[in-house]
Formats: sequence, structure tokens, C-alpha cells
Amino acid sequence: MSAARPAFSSALAHALKDALIAGIVAFGLFILLLGFLTDDQRGPLRLLSRPVLLASAVGIVFAGRFIVSVIYHYAAALRYWLALIWSMVCGAAIKFKWPLLAIMLIFAVIRIYYAPQTWPLTAVAVATVFIAVRFGLSAAFLMLAVLFPVAFYDNPYFLGIAIIALTYIMLGWGLNIVVGLAGLLDLGYVAFYAVGAYSYAIIAQTYGWSFWVCLPLAGLFAAFFGILLGFPVLRLRGDYLAIVTLAFGEIVRIVLLNWVTFTNGPNGIGSIPRASFFGIPFTAGDDGFAARFGLEFDPTHRTVFLFYVILALALLTNWVTIRLRKLPVGRAWEALREDEIAVRSLGINPTNTKLTAFAIGAMFGGFAGAFFATRQGFISPDSFTFPESALILAIVVLGGMGSQLGVAIAAIVVTASFELFREFEQFRLVIFGFGMVVIMVWRPRGLVSTRDPTAYLKERKTISVEHVAEGRG
Amino acid sequence: MSGTPILSLNALTMRFGGLLAIDDLSFEAKRGDITALIGPNGAGKTTVFNCITGFYRPTSGSIRVTRDDGKVFALEKLPDFKIAQRVHVARTFQNIRLFAGMTALENLLVAQHNTLMRKSGYTVFGLFGTPGYRSAEREAIELARHWLAKTQLIERADDPAGSLPYGAQRRLEIARAMCTNPVLLCLDEPAAGLNPRESDELNTLLRSIKNETPASILLIEHDMNVVMEISDRVIVLDHGKKISEGTPAFVRNDQKVIAAYLGVEEDAVDQAEAEVRA
Repeated sequence: MSAARPAFSSALAHALKDALIAGIVAFGLFILLLGFLTDDQRGPLRLLSRPVLLASAVGIVFAGRFIVSVIYHYAAALRYWLALIWSMVCGAAIKFKWPLLAIMLIFAVIRIYYAPQTWPLTAVAVATVFIAVRFGLSAAFLMLAVLFPVAFYDNPYFLGIAIIALTYIMLGWGLNIVVGLAGLLDLGYVAFYAVGAYSYAIIAQTYGWSFWVCLPLAGLFAAFFGILLGFPVLRLRGDYLAIVTLAFGEIVRIVLLNWVTFTNGPNGIGSIPRASFFGIPFTAGDDGFAARFGLEFDPTHRTVFLFYVILALALLTNWVTIRLRKLPVGRAWEALREDEIAVRSLGINPTNTKLTAFAIGAMFGGFAGAFFATRQGFISPDSFTFPESALILAIVVLGGMGSQLGVAIAAIVVTASFELFREFEQFRLVIFGFGMVVIMVWRPRGLVSTRDPTAYLKERKTISVEHVAEGRG
Repeated sequence: MSGTPILSLNALTMRFGGLLAIDDLSFEAKRGDITALIGPNGAGKTTVFNCITGFYRPTSGSIRVTRDDGKVFALEKLPDFKIAQRVHVARTFQNIRLFAGMTALENLLVAQHNTLMRKSGYTVFGLFGTPGYRSAEREAIELARHWLAKTQLIERADDPAGSLPYGAQRRLEIARAMCTNPVLLCLDEPAAGLNPRESDELNTLLRSIKNETPASILLIEHDMNVVMEISDRVIVLDHGKKISEGTPAFVRNDQKVIAAYLGVEEDAVDQAEAEVRA
């Protein structure tokens, strides 16, 4: 480590001084706020003092500042040791991966022996770890996603969360096209989600067409709205673009709220037709899914079906995005993010390039919206508010703009943390905000911040983030 | 066709509010030539470039490009990207504008956007990877490889453009412009910031572009080594006006040019020369 690091005692003294100053400031601030209390409840006005409360508040500030100060002083050393321990753990794990896997296998067998009813969960866990070791993280994720309903068939709560997570992954991937690849900051993405949901609900109710007919229509409508948004914002950049997209999102929501004859206003649209398995509904009746396939009726069948529908839609989004990145249109998006003037000088039409990004991003938002409508059976403008847009954008930024894997991880982290902190109720958003701040300090460009080149001559080298532009709209 | 004008400016005027940046400028650039545009700082050279490539719309006057097949284009009426797309006028920038986060190869593939876009059936065929598109992409990579080799960047093909050294970035910008198959290549100070060896290599590169491709070159340059050695014709601007035009040797000895560069009146140069001789 660096020789310039101060001695322990001096660092401690420094931290103590720092904490003392913070304590004095806290005392000055709190003495009137917490230390004294006027009371006129019983008899004349009296001044009460609360020394214990004051002391504990100052004590918390003092201790907190002391700890932060010490950590800050030893940040370099701390980082060094953590990195060392991490690399040793990783090294050992890679070196002894087969013995470790064997041990895991033995544990799995023991677990299945003693708790035979949970065998699918154990088997899926083992398979996922094997795939992760052999084929990498992306393959393991895919495998886990495909086998998730097998592992958690008897846990509808988990299946429900997984469906929500996949919806957010899909929305994140859709927005990633606009924000991550083309570098156009869009704060109103939820508008396309809303357009998709309402298109599905209204078409399915009015014409009685099936989910699989309405789904592409919902995507088309959303894409059309994407172009509608695209035209006025073509000349805008950065902050101005963000504000107009924000306004667009609000306009769509307010129109949905007030056009009562068409959208039923704030009451929303109920009893939206459910998705069926190629025409076979998931009902308990004789022509229901269970009866046709000789199974006992179980409401989980529908949940599992919905899970696979959204998984397929999300994978379609991913596949299309990966393909598009390697096509001229995708390269033009990324070039637009890097330098719009250079893009123009090469004869690329910036209007078309931006509009295709908006339209394709919006289309996937529309697909997700149609899915949302058929899953919920009920939609209202309340589901499509600005915080929803902000959440999707947070997922994209958190994951690392442009990175498919990063966005997927971020979507899972965000949905899972929302569920984990459910019991904290109103503090949920505080915890979420704090987590965001920590992650953005730790990794300012998101969880996965490298860029994969779309073509190579000799070897594929990942591009480190300092060269990649964030896009100014 | 050689010797006929590829680019002709007629009474071009560009006004920014009260500032007259280009004042009634007319000149021609001959097909197959290297034409240099020189002048002191603020003479309006880059403004001329921005008018030719459509980044500025001139206040008045006309800019015509006559292609090899005899087709004439009025550039002052076309938006910037159409000038590059239809007329095939390519340019580089005074302060380099590469796609820094993309590899050198990707930069050259972006330059072939319009060709690849057609071959990919406007993305439809490309999405499913039809053989036609795949062979088009192989050709695009071959063209990129050709220009990477020409500019000695083949070893850095898979590195991000932003990580290349300065001289390599300048060369990559030229390679990128050449990948659009230009009829007219406009280079804005290609030798700025290059060391003498690099600027010699630039001369070789520009000569080979002149001799081996259909592209004619128009360049702005301050490096007189480059200008005098490779240009066929030099046009001198000062305060938005053409003050001299001719072969490098002629321009070098023109009193008006020397006066403009020294920032004095014309007779002051005669006086100074007389004093030196005396």
C-alpha cells in the first residue's frame, strides 16, 4: 500500500476532530429543536427540557460522522483488502470448481432425500450453477428463467413476482434501445406501455379478437405513437428532449383520464379478455385447458402460461435488439449517440434514425402493455404515472446504458428489492433511493458498463466505458 | 473528364448577423486535382466547407458539383446528409469527430450505412441474416480492411477510436470519409497537430487517394509543407474574399498573400523587402 498513508493514531485524531465539529454543529442545531419544549397543556406556559433526547441525537451524529470519517480515511486500504479477499475467493472458486460442484451435488442429493417434495427447486438450482460454470452467466440466467415455473410451481407469489420482473426486464430492454443505444433521453416511456395496454383492452373488448391478434396491433399502435412523439422532438437535445418526453407521457395519461367515452376515464377498463392457450381458455369448465389436457383444474396453469408468454416476449425483445445492433440501423443509433454531426456528414438520415429508435422502442413497450392488460384484466390511468417511467429509466441507467445483461440484472434487483422492503411501507422509497445513490457512487455508469463491439477483424475486445458517450439527446 | 470542374462556387456569400464571413466568393476545383484553400485565421475557410457540405445554408450564391456521369447537383439546396448520401461529398472535421466508443472498424462500417441499408432490405432481410445481406456485410468489412491498411491502422482495427493516438485518429477520419466512396473529399486541416514524419505520410496518403480513386480533394491547411508539396492549385482567402489563386509556386510569391499573412498593407511588404535588400 502507499507509504503516504498517515499513522493510525493521526487518522483517529483527525476523525475525532471531524466528529467533534459535527457534534458541535448538531448541538447548535438541535438544542432549540429537540432540547426544549414549551408546554401549555396544564396551567401556565412552561419550558420543559429534554436532555436525554438532545444527547442521543448529538451522540448519533458524533458517532456516525466518526465512523464515516474513519472509513473515508481508510477507503483506499479498505478497497484494497476487499479486492484482495474477493480475488482470492474467486480464484479459489475457479481452481476448486469441480470439487465444489461435487460437494454441492452431494448436498443436493441429501436435501432431496430428506425433503423429496422440494426436488424441482433443488434440481433447478444445481442445473443453474452447472450451466453458470460451464457456459457463463447469460446462459445460466436463461436456463433459470426457463425452469423457474418448474422450481416454484407451488409458489404463486414467487411466480407473480417473476412475471412482474420479466415485464420490467422487457420494458427496460425496450427503453434501452432509445436511451442506451440511440442516446435519446426519454422520460415518458410509460406512455407507450399505456398505449399498448389500452389498445389491447379496447380492441379485445370491442371486436372480441384473441390476444395473439391484438398483441401485434397493440405494438403497432405504440410504434405509431413513438413516431408521433419522435417528430416534434427531432431537433431537441438533452434536457429539452427530456422535458418534452416527460410532457408527452403526462399528456397520454391525462387524455386517458379525461376521454371518458372512449377509455372510461378514471374508472378504467375492467373484465379485459384473458389470454387463451391457442383458443383454449384457462377455466374450470369442460372446454377449459385442464379438462382438455386431462389435468386437474389449477389456477396456477394460467400463471405459468403467462410467465412463459412474457418470457417469450422479453426474449424476442432481446433477440431483436441484439440483431439490430449488428445491422446498419443499430450501428447508426450508436453512432448518433456518439456524434450526431459526424453521422450527418456520412450521409445518414438522422431523422429516420431517431424515428426508428423511438418506434421500435415504443413497439416493445406496447407489447409489454398488452401483456399487462391481459394479465391484470383491469387497467386504469393510475398504472401509467410518471414514477413508472422513472422506474424503467432507473433500471436502464442502473444496469448500464446499452447493456442487455446489465438491464436484466437491474430489473430483477429493483423488483426484488421492492418486494423485500414491502413491510417498511413508506420507507420503501427512501431505502430504494439510498440504494440507487450507493450504486451510482460505486458504479457511476451502471452495473455492466462495458460495450461489446458489433464487428471485429481479429479479436473481440470489450470497450471500456470511458470512451463511450452517454448521448446528449 | 479530367480537368473539367467538379466543384464550382459562384458568388457565394455567407452572413452571420452583421458579420460577413464569405463575401462574393467564386472559384472552381478541377476533377482529379488536389485544391487547397488557405488563408489566415478567421479568413472563412471552414465556413466555405460548412456551406459546401450543407452544415450552413449560404445567404446567397450557388455551389455546383458536376459528377463524372455529368449529373449536376445544387448543393445549396440540399440538407447536409443528402449531400453526403446523393452527391457523395465526404468531409473530415477540424476538431476530430470520430465515434469514440466504437472500434475503428465499426467507424468505417457506419460510413457504409447507405449501401448496407439497401442491401439489408432496410433492415428486414438483415434481421433474418439472409445470404445476400451477409455477403454485403463481408464486402463492407473488406472495404474497411482496405482503408485500414491504407492508413496503417489495421493493427488497431478492434480498438475503440477514442483510444487511438492523435495522428491515428486523423487518419481514421480520412479512412471513414473514403468509405463513403466520395467524388469530392473535403479535408479540414488534416495535418493539424501532426509531426513532420506523420505529415509526410499524410502527403503520400493524399497522393494515393488522388491517383487511385475517383475522389477529387479539397483541403484547408495551415501546414505549408503539405500545401506546397501536394496541391495542384491553391486558393487564398482573406476576410471572406479570394485574394489570390494559382499554382503553389505562384501563390507563394504573391505580394497580396504575403501581406495578408503578415497582417499588413500590400505596399508595406514591398517596403520591407526593399529594406531587407538594401
